[in-house]
Parts: sequence; C-alpha cells; structure tokens
Amino acid sequence: MTPIGAQPTPFLLSVEGLTVSFDGFKAVNDLSFYVDENEIRVIIGPNGAGKTTVLDLICGKTKATAGSITFRDKELTRMSESQIVLAGVGRKFQTPSIYEDLTVFENLEISYPRGRSVWGALTFKRDAAVRERVAEVAEIIFLKDKLHERGAFLSHGQKQWLEIGMLLIQEPDLLMLDEPVAGMSVSERIKTAELLRTIIKDRSVLVIEHDMKFVEDIAHKVTVLHQGRILSEGSMEKVQSDPKVIEVYLGH
Amino acid sequence: MKRAPTFMDRKDLLALATVAVILLIVFPALLDGFRLNLVGKYLTYAFVAVGLVLCWGYGGILSLGQGVFFALGGYGMAMYLKLEASSVENTKIQSTPGIPDFMDWNQITELPLFWQPFHSFPLTLILIVLAPALFAFVIGSAMFKRRVSGVYFAIITQALAAIATILIIGQQGYTGGVNGITDLRTLHGWDIRTDQAKFILYFVNAALLLGVVVAAMFVRDSKLGRILVAMRDKEDRVRFSGYSVANFQIFVFCLAGVFAAIGGAMFTLQVGFMSPSLVGIVPSIEMVIFTAVGGRLSILGAIYGTLAVNFAKTSLSESFPELWLLGLGGLFIAVVAVFPNGLAGLWRDYAQPFIDKALKLRSVDPADPGAEVAKQAAAAAE
Amino acid sequence: MFGEYSLGDLGSIFAMQGFAGLILFSVYLLMALGLAIIFGQMGVINMAHGEFMILGAYVTWLTAEFFTSHLPALFSIYFFVAMALAFCAAGALGMLVEWALIRRLYKRPLDTLLATWGLSLILQQVYRSVFGPREVGVTLPDWMMGSLPITDVIEVQINGLFVMGLTVIITIAVFLMIFHSRFGQQIRAVVQNRQMAGAVGIDTEKVDRLTFGLGCGIAGVAGSAFTMIGSTGPTAGQLYIVDTFLIVVFGGAASLFGTIASAFTISQTQSTLEFFLSGSMAKVITLLTVVAILMLRPQGLFTLKVRR
Repeated sequence: MTPIGAQPTPFLLSVEGLTVSFDGFKAVNDLSFYVDENEIRVIIGPNGAGKTTVLDLICGKTKATAGSITFRDKELTRMSESQIVLAGVGRKFQTPSIYEDLTVFENLEISYPRGRSVWGALTFKRDAAVRERVAEVAEIIFLKDKLHERGAFLSHGQKQWLEIGMLLIQEPDLLMLDEPVAGMSVSERIKTAELLRTIIKDRSVLVIEHDMKFVEDIAHKVTVLHQGRILSEGSMEKVQSDPKVIEVYLGH
Repeated sequence: MKRAPTFMDRKDLLALATVAVILLIVFPALLDGFRLNLVGKYLTYAFVAVGLVLCWGYGGILSLGQGVFFALGGYGMAMYLKLEASSVENTKIQSTPGIPDFMDWNQITELPLFWQPFHSFPLTLILIVLAPALFAFVIGSAMFKRRVSGVYFAIITQALAAIATILIIGQQGYTGGVNGITDLRTLHGWDIRTDQAKFILYFVNAALLLGVVVAAMFVRDSKLGRILVAMRDKEDRVRFSGYSVANFQIFVFCLAGVFAAIGGAMFTLQVGFMSPSLVGIVPSIEMVIFTAVGGRLSILGAIYGTLAVNFAKTSLSESFPELWLLGLGGLFIAVVAVFPNGLAGLWRDYAQPFIDKALKLRSVDPADPGAEVAKQAAAAAE
Repeated sequence: MFGEYSLGDLGSIFAMQGFAGLILFSVYLLMALGLAIIFGQMGVINMAHGEFMILGAYVTWLTAEFFTSHLPALFSIYFFVAMALAFCAAGALGMLVEWALIRRLYKRPLDTLLATWGLSLILQQVYRSVFGPREVGVTLPDWMMGSLPITDVIEVQINGLFVMGLTVIITIAVFLMIFHSRFGQQIRAVVQNRQMAGAVGIDTEKVDRLTFGLGCGIAGVAGSAFTMIGSTGPTAGQLYIVDTFLIVVFGGAASLFGTIASAFTISQTQSTLEFFLSGSMAKVITLLTVVAILMLRPQGLFTLKVRR
C-alpha cells in the first residue's frame, strides 16, 4: 500500500495501513488508528510489540514502508523530522534526551518556538518573553531553582522532567511520550504523574506506558499492540477484559 | 555567577584586547622584519584553526580537508597576482606572451577559462569568499542532508584533500604543479615584495584575524552557538525540537571554509607564493592540531595554539628534525589522551584559579566551557 | 580516450591491466580487511594502519636480507617465513598500541583518529631512524619472477598470481575465523552488545585487544605483498591510507563481502584507467568517483537495513 494523499479527516491524527519492515521483519504491520482532538491515548503491549516504532514513524525518525500518517491536513510520512515538529508534533524519548553541556535555561530556550532557522538562531534575542516563558515552564517542571545548573548535573528524574519541559515550551498539539515514568523513584513517579496531568490538558497525547495504575488514571482510550498489529482497542475496562489481551499478557 | 554567554562581555573584551595588543604592538615592536613576516604566515593558519573551533570543537564536525579551503583562497589570490605579474610586457620572451610562465612551459597557448575572472581584483576578492562557501555548501549539503557525520565525514574530507593535491600537482599547466604559483610581484600595482609592504600586510592580516575572531565569538554566543553544542551532544533531540540539523552543520562548515580561505589569501600575499604543500592530507590535519593544542573550544586559544605549535616546529625542525616528527606525533596523542582541552584547559585548571584569587575576579560559569576557556586563554599571554 | 583502440585491443588491455592490478588488489584487500575488522567491528579509526603495513614490509625485507646472508639455501621459501613474521610483528605492535592507547579512547572515535595519526608520525620517524630514509626493495626468489603467457598479448606475472592466491587464502581464513570460530563469535557478540557480552563472561577487553591485533597483523601481511609492487620507505604507508579507508567505507563498513567487492572495483578501475591516463589522473578520477558515490549513498554499497 502506498501513501495516500492527505485528506481532511475529523481526527487530529489518522494512521492508516502503516507498515514498516526492517530487512523483511515487519515491526509494524498494516496498522490503523485515529486520535481525536484533546484525546489521551495510551499504547500498551508487551516488549517488541512495535510501540516505540509507531512513535518513531509518526515523528519521522523512521520512514514508513507503506501507509499514511495524516496530522491535521498534512501527510507526515513525506515530511522531515523538523517539519513534523513545526507542524505541531512533540516527542519525548524513552531515555532522557537533554543537552548535558547546556544549562536548564538553555535547554528550555532551545525548544522555545522561535528562531529555528540558521538566520533566526543567529539573530535570536533573549528577550523578556523568552525569560518569562522559560521561568514559567521551569516552575511547572519543578526546576526553577536549577535554571543555571548544567544538564549533566541533574538526577535521572530531573532530566525526564526537563525533557518534558522542553516539549511543553514547544507547545505541540500532539504530545508523544515514551514511558515517561520509567526508571523513576516512587516520589518522582508521583510528582511526574501530577506533572503529566497538568500538561496533557488542552492537547492530544499519545503515551506509551507500562504502569497500569497510571494508564487507568489518565487514558481516554487504550490501544494494545502485539507483534506490530493492533490486538485490541477501546476503554481500559474493555481492553482489560478482552481475552486476547489476557492471553498475550498472561502467557500461553 | 551563573549566566549564559553574552556577546563581548567584559572578559571577552579583556581577552580580545590582550590578543590585539600582542599581535598589533608586542610582535611588531620586538620582532625584526623577517620574523614578523614569519609570524604573519603562522597567523594565516590561525584563520583555519578558529574556523575549526566552531566546526569541530562546538559542532563536533571534524574536517580533515581544511587545506582545500585554504587553497581556494590562496590560489585565488595567487592567480590574480600571477596574472598581474604576467603582463604581456613582462612575458614577451615567452612563446605566448601574457600568460603565466608555467603555462608557457607546458605548451599552453591560451589562458584557461577558469583563470579569466582573476584579471579583476574585485572579482578575485568575491571569489575568495564565494568559492569556498559554495564548495562547502555542496559538500555539506550532500553529506549532512544524508546524515553523514563523525568519522565518515572526516574520511571523506581527507579524501578531498588528497584528491585536490593530486589534481593540482598533476595539472601542471593549469596550476603550476608541485612548485605552485610563484614569482608573484604586485597587488594592483603595489609591490608586495618590499619590507614596507610586508610590514603593512602583517597588520592587515592581524586585523582581519581579529575580525574573524569577533565574528566567531558572535556565532558562539548566539543561540546558534548553543545549538551547535546541543547538536554535538544529542543530534536527535535538536531535530525533534524543530531544527534542521543539516542546515546548521552546513552553515558552520561553510563559515569555517570561508575563514580558511581568507587565511589562504593572506598567506599568498605575505609569503609570495601558493603551493600544493599547503593543501594535502598532512597540512590539513596539522591545522587540526593547532586547534587542539589551543583548546578545541577556545576561539582565542586557536591563535595561541597555532603560534605555539609553529614556533616549536620552526625552532625544533631547524635543529633536530627527527625530534620534531616525534614531538608532533606525541602532541597528537597528548591532546586527546592527556589534555583534551589544550592550552585553554591548562590555563583554566592551573593559572586561572591563581589569577582569580589575585585579582579577586568573580569566578566564571563552569557550565559554559567555551566562553570561559577563550577568556582564560587570553589571560595566558599576560 | 578509447577511440584509437580496436575492440580486440581494448579487450587485451583490460585483461592485462586487470592482471597487473592483482597485486594492488591484494594489497588493498589485505589492508582493507584489517581496517574493516578494526573499524567495522570496533568502530575505531586507525590512521596508523599504513605504518603497520610498512612494518610488515620492513620485516619482509629484513627476512630477505637474513636469508641471503645466513640461509641462502632456503632463500626460495623465505617469503612464507617473512609473511608469518610480518603478521606476528604487526599484530604484536597492534596489541601493544591497543593496550597503551586505543582502549582509553573507545567512546571518542574522532579523537582516536587524531591519536592514531600521531602514532603514525612517530612510527614513520622510528622507521627513518632505524632503517634510514632511503627506500629499500626486496629480491624475490627465482621461482616467483617472470610471467606466464596466456595469449600472444596477455601475460600474467607469477608473483601477482602467488600473492593473489595467498590473499584469497587469508580472506577465507578471516571469514572462517569471524563467522565460524569461537573467537569470531565473541567478536560479534562484543560488537552487538558490549555489556551483555561482558555479562555472559566474555573478556571484552581481551577480545578488543585480539581484534585490534588481528587487524594490524593482516596489515603486516599486506606489507609483505606490498614489497612486490613498491619500494619500502618510512612514509610509503601513508599513501595508502586514504584509498584503503575509502574501500572500507565504499564497501559498507560492516560488510566483509562489501570490502572485497569494493577493493576489487577500485583497484581494477584505477589500474585500467592508468593505461589510458596519467597515473595521477587515474587516481583522481577513481577517488572522485568513489567520493561522489559515497555522497549519494553514504552507507556504502552493501549494508543491511537495520532498526536504529
């Protein structure tokens, strides 16, 4: 199936017939799903189900073998990573991905949505608007005392928060989070859940998460992936009682 | 004091002023004409080294082909000077008067097309900047857009340096071959061989170098400088923050290329010839060592590094040529294995704390090694 | 440039130049195999690889001198001894270098590149001090001289065939070692997941050292072959390093098969072009073509599509 042209849909994100194969192995196989405006969708599934690959495909890190990804009226499969970001898609990686040699302030500033061209970056002025917004976000992500600390000196949890902050300042319409609470201490986990609840308001969110309690808490709808295909989709209760899901999770 | 870098803050100004005093007052006052000209020659390499600080130190893009850009500037200027020296009057004994002597020797009877623009001085100046920028743009676009970086990029640029040398040496009739373009006399009628001209050219060169340093500092302290650091660290994160990483890499590679070409043009003017010995693999990688010795993150350190290595080379290779190669080899190993921040790092670790105490200066921000080392390197001169 | 030759002439020329390129191919292939193992398997750029080759060449020369003066009766087989010694000498030096320098730099490939360049300068100077700046050449045993006529116009040099044969044997041996031996299995395990390999009891440091030594040792054998096409001098190795790197990258860094194909393509192209053009232009055109192709297809000719 070749990418079909971008047609307006009522959905914010439409994934249709998405397939990617690595050397014959289909990591994602003829996948279709739709995300509404302001919907919070959680993707779950066992290891190797293709969850991260789906996010990689949407944000352009991996190129699809076939299928289409329509965001608003744009066909993402034909766009570069930076264009996809400019279209309004933000992505958080599984391991914290921040700039260790830069300060928290500079980390956030780079994600501020202005001066993203070469010329724009050369002439970028750190004006009051930038400072205010950075301070505001730093407050939300519990790092306002660490603004001038180097990224390398932050704890694992703080790095995760910083990356979430970098996404937040970018003001994406679709936010994609890959295991945002993985590897965190209990107290960090609680704080992060609280943080996520604040920032997922007023935008669509696509989350990969293993923490079922957390999923139950936030998800509007859950998609279960298994071996690159959708196994089940729907509300948390519906998915949890689906015999196919139980089979996959509880073994054969 | 924890602040992000601001362009030309007090420390920058102090460091820059120190370098300016050394280059514009101390050297001319202490050195005779011959030595001053020699320093002038070294300083032309510093243009390359400053470019490499941005490209390699900040951007993480190691080019082992900077000699090619040096050559583009150097040959551009040499071609202009050669044409001026090859007026019909000067070359009337040749079988084809009015073309460079080496072309005549190689039975070429007509000036090749690509030499034609170099009859005009303004066009020459434009090409000295434009040709390397264009070349870097083409190479950079081809490579960076396809996500080629790191060692692959280093190897490809090194291959380019090798190709350029073989081509220049092989195409004797068009390039002057292994001897290069020699016997250059006047620039727009002004004899560049006199002592007075060399003296003036030294200052022009030093002033241009300082200009390049200021430009480099501006880039470093702009958001672009921080994006370069960010790219070196987490290329993907930058991409997923909405930046086209390739464009930034192309920009900084072009900038380093243009800097190198300006240095090349000034080399030709001060030394009076241009030859493939400054183009190939060996000179190109030696230019990297100048940057590394100065401290790969230090713009002013690049100048100190260039001068230090070249002084050492001149004094050692005259008296103990065997020692020089061993020393240079050891230097390559030392700057990566023992002191990766070069002179600037040594200064920061040993001299700066001492001076800070003495002068009760506020301590600098450890989060910002780039701005910091540059400042410290400057103080090294004191 | 082909205009003035008839089709038959062209065929003969290609065949002749092709056979003339065999030794070049062997040297390239052996050099590239060593580099490909070190770069492809370990991600290390060894700029001193040419100097390891030259070490092998010097060892070959020394062996020839020794046999001439002490064992003239056995001169006809000295070359085999020389190759074994070249392998051991270059391999041992390689392991020493890995231990003293490379292992400190595994996470910084660009720095390794600069450090090994420094090493190459030091080795060049050492060769110059020990063996003198003058180039040396080896004498071949009688049975390796001369050539076999195949047709009226095409002749093949015996030493070319000999080196070619040896190269094939070494290449097969390397293949077997990487893909069918316990050591090869360990190398591949370390390449794929260093931590995991360490966790299951593989001494990763030892594997690194042996891999590096193996790559350098093969370069030493390349040096033995090299003595047949060029004279050995302190800086002779440097001329080959760019070509060899391009071969490795062109073939696709992780593919040994790609390395063979690309060594063959590049050596044959260069050798054939040399008949029609001056040597330097043949080289320029070959290198430029490779660089241009690499710009369009940076992953090289042979690579697997993998999930990154």
